[in-house]
Amino acid sequence: MGVMARAWDWLADGANWSGEAGVWHRLGEHVYVSGIALAVACAVALPVGLWLGHVGKGGALAVNVSNAGRAVPVFAVLALFMVSPLRSAGYLPTIAALVLFAVPPLLTNAYVGMREVDRSVVEAARGMGMSGRQLFLRVELPLARPLVMTGLRSAAVQVVATATIAAMVGQGGLGRIITAGFNTYNTPQVVAGAVLVALLALVVEGALVAADRLLPGAPSR
Amino acid sequence: MAGQGCLVANDWICWEYVTSRSRELTDATVEHVWITAVSVLVGVAVAVPLALLARRGRRWAAPVLGLTTLLYTIPSLAMFSLLLPFFGLSAALVVTGLVLYSLTILVRNVLAGLEAVPEDVREAARGMGYGPGRLLWQVELPLALPALLAGVRIATVSTVALTTVGSIVGKGGLGNLIAPAVNSSFKAQVLTASVLCVLLALVADLLLLAAQRLLTPWTRPGRRAAGAAVKAKGA
Repeated sequence: MGVMARAWDWLADGANWSGEAGVWHRLGEHVYVSGIALAVACAVALPVGLWLGHVGKGGALAVNVSNAGRAVPVFAVLALFMVSPLRSAGYLPTIAALVLFAVPPLLTNAYVGMREVDRSVVEAARGMGMSGRQLFLRVELPLARPLVMTGLRSAAVQVVATATIAAMVGQGGLGRIITAGFNTYNTPQVVAGAVLVALLALVVEGALVAADRLLPGAPSR
Repeated sequence: MAGQGCLVANDWICWEYVTSRSRELTDATVEHVWITAVSVLVGVAVAVPLALLARRGRRWAAPVLGLTTLLYTIPSLAMFSLLLPFFGLSAALVVTGLVLYSLTILVRNVLAGLEAVPEDVREAARGMGYGPGRLLWQVELPLALPALLAGVRIATVSTVALTTVGSIVGKGGLGNLIAPAVNSSFKAQVLTASVLCVLLALVADLLLLAAQRLLTPWTRPGRRAAGAAVKAKGA
């Protein structure tokens, strides 16, 4: 495992962490791009998914959007953006591509979560005279929460993981450490970059699980 | 719309590009198809034993499902780089990475299919003198086939898309055409290769759907098994 040891040495070297191409700068870019993409995707997908689930329509749409999302290569979408006028728009191409890929899991999970709420519970709430709004906020949403959170977690991990590909078309983020290592045949650096991205994905997943537990109204499990 | 000179004008849609580089496009597509096919086939060959293992009880299910899910969270670029010290710059590297990704979907679907086999069917087969091996081959696996094939379809479609990232080590099929075209801002090449990639995913999905219908004619009227597989995917 000589490579692993040398990758560790690379990570332990302070010089690799500072500067424009250093780990801190790349980490900042990565978190910034992923954070905005995830926030935008949530703002778009969650209201639509939850509402479709509430009214019980558009199931085919939610599932098909999700399936179509798998067929489209992120790399190709990013590449298309990079040869379009968006090229000079800074992080916009990366963020747009990531939003496109975070929407399907969020949408599907929000929809399925709302639909899987026990129909008899919904009927009972209606019988108690709850309005559609009350039903949505006080019955369906809390019960759908675990599945919606699962969607959010998988979308977040996917976004962090996919943001790496931005480096292949010359954008920033932790992927740059990997591609720079590839270009200079510096395998330890490549491995070190890969470890950093995997760690970030795990940290994000852990943070979201913790946030879910700490937020008010967490289901007791 | 695609007259002479569209290569010079750097148009998005350029028939001249398709005809003049047909050789390059065909080679890339062929590479893309075989990398995808090998990855999915190896993925199935690895996933079935893993699913059988996971079925033996909670002691095995937790690590098998946990590990395959964890694999899915590793970024594709990072996955290919982590495998680099073991395989070097080769197609085996890309195939191994893609197999590891397909496992998440395949293991879950095979497991869901096997678990959906009714217990009384098993009992009946045992009563007829089927041993464990024959029970698996002639009863359980055929009944799990709809869920298995549903998993293969999802895995194939996402593998076709992921293969493009293999261009980082020069084995990305159509991705090999996309990567250099970004640097030179060659619009027709990026668009053509991307569209071919999506078409490939669609064609593969339709072919597998046809195969699924041929192989599992009993699911057509009720379609209950397909529903079960969709649920397994969502979980």
